[in-house]
Amino acid sequence: MSTETAAPAVPMVNVQIDGVWLQFPKGTRVIEACGQAQKFIPRYCYHPKLSSPGNCRMCMVEMGMPKMTPDRKPVLGPDGKPEIAWIPRPQISCAQDVAEGMGVRTGSPMVEEARKGVLEFLLINHPLDCPICDQAGECRLQEFSVEFGQGESRFLDEKVKKPKSVELGPRITLDAERCILCTRCIRFMQEVAKDDVLGIVERGSFNSIACHPDRILDNNYSLNTVDICPVGALTSNDFRFKMRVWFLKETKTIDVNCGTGANIIIGSRENTIYRITPRENNDVNGVWLPDSHRLNFKYVADERRLTKPTVKGQPVDWRTATAIAAEILKAHTAEQLWLVASGRQTNEELFLTSRLIDALEIEKQHDILPRAGEPDGLLIASDRNPNTTGAKLIGLCTSKPGSRLKNLVEGVRSGAIKTVITLGEDLTKCGLTAADLKKLDAIIALDILPNQTTPHATVLLPASAWVEKRGSMINVKDRLQRLNRAVAAPGDAHDDWEILRDLIAAVSGSNGLAMIEDVFKAMAADHSEFAGLSLSKIGDLGLPVVSEKAPEPESAAAH
Amino acid sequence: MAYVVPRPNLTWKEKIYLPSIVAGMMITFKHLKRMLKGETKVVMQYPEEKWDAQMPEHYRGAPTLVTDEHGRERCVACQLCEFICPPRAITIKPEEIPSGDKFAKVEKRPKVFEIDMIRCIYCGLCEEVCPEQAIFLRKDYAITGITRAEMVHDKAKLYELGGVFTGLVNKWNPKK
Repeated sequence: MSTETAAPAVPMVNVQIDGVWLQFPKGTRVIEACGQAQKFIPRYCYHPKLSSPGNCRMCMVEMGMPKMTPDRKPVLGPDGKPEIAWIPRPQISCAQDVAEGMGVRTGSPMVEEARKGVLEFLLINHPLDCPICDQAGECRLQEFSVEFGQGESRFLDEKVKKPKSVELGPRITLDAERCILCTRCIRFMQEVAKDDVLGIVERGSFNSIACHPDRILDNNYSLNTVDICPVGALTSNDFRFKMRVWFLKETKTIDVNCGTGANIIIGSRENTIYRITPRENNDVNGVWLPDSHRLNFKYVADERRLTKPTVKGQPVDWRTATAIAAEILKAHTAEQLWLVASGRQTNEELFLTSRLIDALEIEKQHDILPRAGEPDGLLIASDRNPNTTGAKLIGLCTSKPGSRLKNLVEGVRSGAIKTVITLGEDLTKCGLTAADLKKLDAIIALDILPNQTTPHATVLLPASAWVEKRGSMINVKDRLQRLNRAVAAPGDAHDDWEILRDLIAAVSGSNGLAMIEDVFKAMAADHSEFAGLSLSKIGDLGLPVVSEKAPEPESAAAH
Repeated sequence: MAYVVPRPNLTWKEKIYLPSIVAGMMITFKHLKRMLKGETKVVMQYPEEKWDAQMPEHYRGAPTLVTDEHGRERCVACQLCEFICPPRAITIKPEEIPSGDKFAKVEKRPKVFEIDMIRCIYCGLCEEVCPEQAIFLRKDYAITGITRAEMVHDKAKLYELGGVFTGLVNKWNPKK
């Protein structure tokens, strides 16, 4: 964690940055202090979440300490502030904490000269293949060369040849020529992933990053090294040569692969998602994201996506599909109905689901399908549903999600349950078999992709995937976070909450909900946890919501 | 950056304009005389007659892709032309050059490169922005077709129009 979030009890020290005296908590890195003073210091090896080896020499500044009289008293200048004795050589600012009376110059001629020199050295053996390199557009070497470097190369000799296109692991390719040896990737694997497979081999200008000879870089957090690589040395095989980064529309949203709800950015262009990268949120995921989560978006663009509502396999329009679904629901008593909600639904959808349950007068014949997995001790929570907390809060399930599903199986087998509504869950995973599904009068299914249940569905309603909708979810640590729309839903598929609203309207008359904001407002009126909030008030980083119910025992917390 | 155009200081001769008017009329009369004598030809019978031979080197006709003297397609699919193109006429899908290929060390090439000539405005920004000297506006100006699909120049068509361009910077060639 970064040092700037120190507790208030930490004493403050006075530091002069570019002639202005400011106060910082003791223990702040000089590079961070300068950043807080709006003086950006270029850096390669320094990363706030990793240790500081100070090897890139990019963050050099001029530093000084107060001039002392022989009796160790600071010499005061005409302004009453200590006079500073400047160190005659530039110092790196990333491995130095602020000290009382310290002076820093971030833009002096010496600093500018030092930066120019460092950049010239870094570019000596750099291949300058920016037109091919995937990092172009978000490359620190490009950015700093333009901002702090000199315009031309004075290097006449041949550049050193190093291995290109080296497969470090199943998901990562290394281009050693582009590498500036900042060692961020090595330190990430050591310090965060705790899987020390990377290192530097060879000598001098032939230095290059390599894996341990008996190992490959196959850790589930390996793609974070691509994110923190300041140049294009480490590239993701999944994104390599697919799209230039400047075309990508960045949508801030959250990951839905587990209960952690890691904050992410979806990079999409013209309705196609190209990559998912982590977004900084120190209360949730820091700046990291597991590979398994970030690569799990291909199914959204699957050719088999459901795009048209169907009734008994025949495509119909939405009005007809909703009307038929409502007819089926009204033809049964509440005891003959069962509703399977999902821990992957947003709070808004869960709330409308609870309204549907109320409209149909269903009591206790509803639950969500639990998904449990192994927690990895870092970011992957054991709860693989992103919004179990929301489902509990809104009352779609008991404190033990899935505990009622056995009633569903028994009811279907005894013939007491005639119709099942499933909102994005495969009923065969709830314990029912295909034979059980055939026994039912009707199945009303809402889903995005065909599964074991959809062929049996009487009414099949194509819904939106998580990247195609807005809404909110509550993670395992009771943090309310926001989903945003990155791409449009394919074909005739509708937003889940609109489908549910239309279904409720068809069953019990209009409900006056026109926008998702209205749904949130209605939800806030019913559930005090959301009181005073709105989708926009949640913000990009989310908010902790205090549950008024008894705290649920968490089997495994993320982090 | 604002640039102030300096006003010239006119002499009294220039200020009265008459000498310029007389000089201008002299030119007009000279052309009239040549016309009457049949020395100047005014009408060009396009398309039987064409102006192509008089076209300046910098003429901006249809954008094309070029190969170098080794037969390498110069484009590496950096997509800067797609980015800069004001009417968004260019579509590029990049691909990795397979490791067995002669030019495998270049790593990247366009899989799809299309220029919609209905959209193209012949501005030449694609040529200007290209870091690989791969796209050039050549002298083809009569781009016609009877369907919209025909007006989209694909990669094969673009290389056919562009041909080989020698004497460019060959940064991918092995050094001696």
